Amino acid sequence: MGMRTPLKNVRHLGSAKEGTIHWWHQKVTAVALIPLFVIALAYVVALVGADYERVRYILGLPFTTIILLLLIGTTFYHLKLGLQVVIEDYIHVEFNKVVLLLLNNFFCAVVGLAAALATLKLAFGG
Amino acid sequence: MVELTLPKNSRVGTGKTHSKPDGATNTKTFNVYRWSPDDTENPRIDTYYVNLDDCGPMILDGLIKIKNEIDPTLTFRRSCREGICGSCAMNINGTNTLACTKGMDEVNGDINIYPLPHQPVVKDLVPDLTNFYAQYASIKPWMQTQTPPPPDRERLQSKEDREKLDGLYECILCACCSTSCPSYWWNSDRFLGPAILLQAYRWLADSRDENTGERLDNLEDPFRLYRCHTIMNCANTCPKGLNPAKAIAEIKKMMVERRG
Repeated sequence: MGMRTPLKNVRHLGSAKEGTIHWWHQKVTAVALIPLFVIALAYVVALVGADYERVRYILGLPFTTIILLLLIGTTFYHLKLGLQVVIEDYIHVEFNKVVLLLLNNFFCAVVGLAAALATLKLAFGG
Repeated sequence: MVELTLPKNSRVGTGKTHSKPDGATNTKTFNVYRWSPDDTENPRIDTYYVNLDDCGPMILDGLIKIKNEIDPTLTFRRSCREGICGSCAMNINGTNTLACTKGMDEVNGDINIYPLPHQPVVKDLVPDLTNFYAQYASIKPWMQTQTPPPPDRERLQSKEDREKLDGLYECILCACCSTSCPSYWWNSDRFLGPAILLQAYRWLADSRDENTGERLDNLEDPFRLYRCHTIMNCANTCPKGLNPAKAIAEIKKMMVERRG
């Protein structure tokens, strides 16, 4: 290690030739989440005090379902992208980093799918 | 590497307090980080009193006075004493800046001086910037063209295109910004940091350079470029009043632009 030049260390394995899509998707999902979150919050406020059947009915309407599915997809994709950056920033032991990145992917996929399934069940009954 | 606490051999202890100069009534207190590779002692803070009635106005003047008259072992870099060489970059009262352009009267109370943060220390206020300079070399900071220059004159550039280099060409590579950036602290082995990215953009923005695409290829990397999380310490600390974060944002815009 000590006999390598500093430039050798800096160039390392070269540029990954990616990163722009990750960064851009993080920005786009961040912007998309603003209106989606506001609409979802409006639903929650409007349904304060409503009974179970009414909540089921409203959340099962096509428009609500689309909004909720978009919100869930965007949220968990944004979460996956963001947490990935945090892990890459702070975890420098390669094994720990890889395990955490895997867990991040699995967690966001499973919880996101579970939330989407719950929404679909409201929409289609059962 | 993330380090929330200093390793045992880096913890800073209390050092020597040098006596006030004889007959001085108007003094400024300098608390200065000291560490020498020649012994096994931990770093310490030494305290010096500088007679303001017999000293230039800048913090570098104070340091030079200390070295000349109080403690010749105090080690720091300096050269031009007018903010153009970048040698005397150091952390003064919590902010990286140039000792030669920071006035003693700009600091209320004691002046606390440390080397630039999160770099290996060579001695006292001298950081080891080997990695920083290697990163600068990695962006190939010179004009790259395929077209040979005109035989009878230099390469021309319109006034408008020349203006695009304003706010970039003034960078003196003092490393104040890079060493103030938390992202650079944690990932300086792979993240190029604000100073080098501003320099990279200086060549991307140059109308005469023909290797823009190759330069962008070289930067398109999750670590080299995209560790910048717009923390903005770089713009806040730059002693030349430049905005490296804006230059980085411009690079990101070019990355998106070339995709479609």
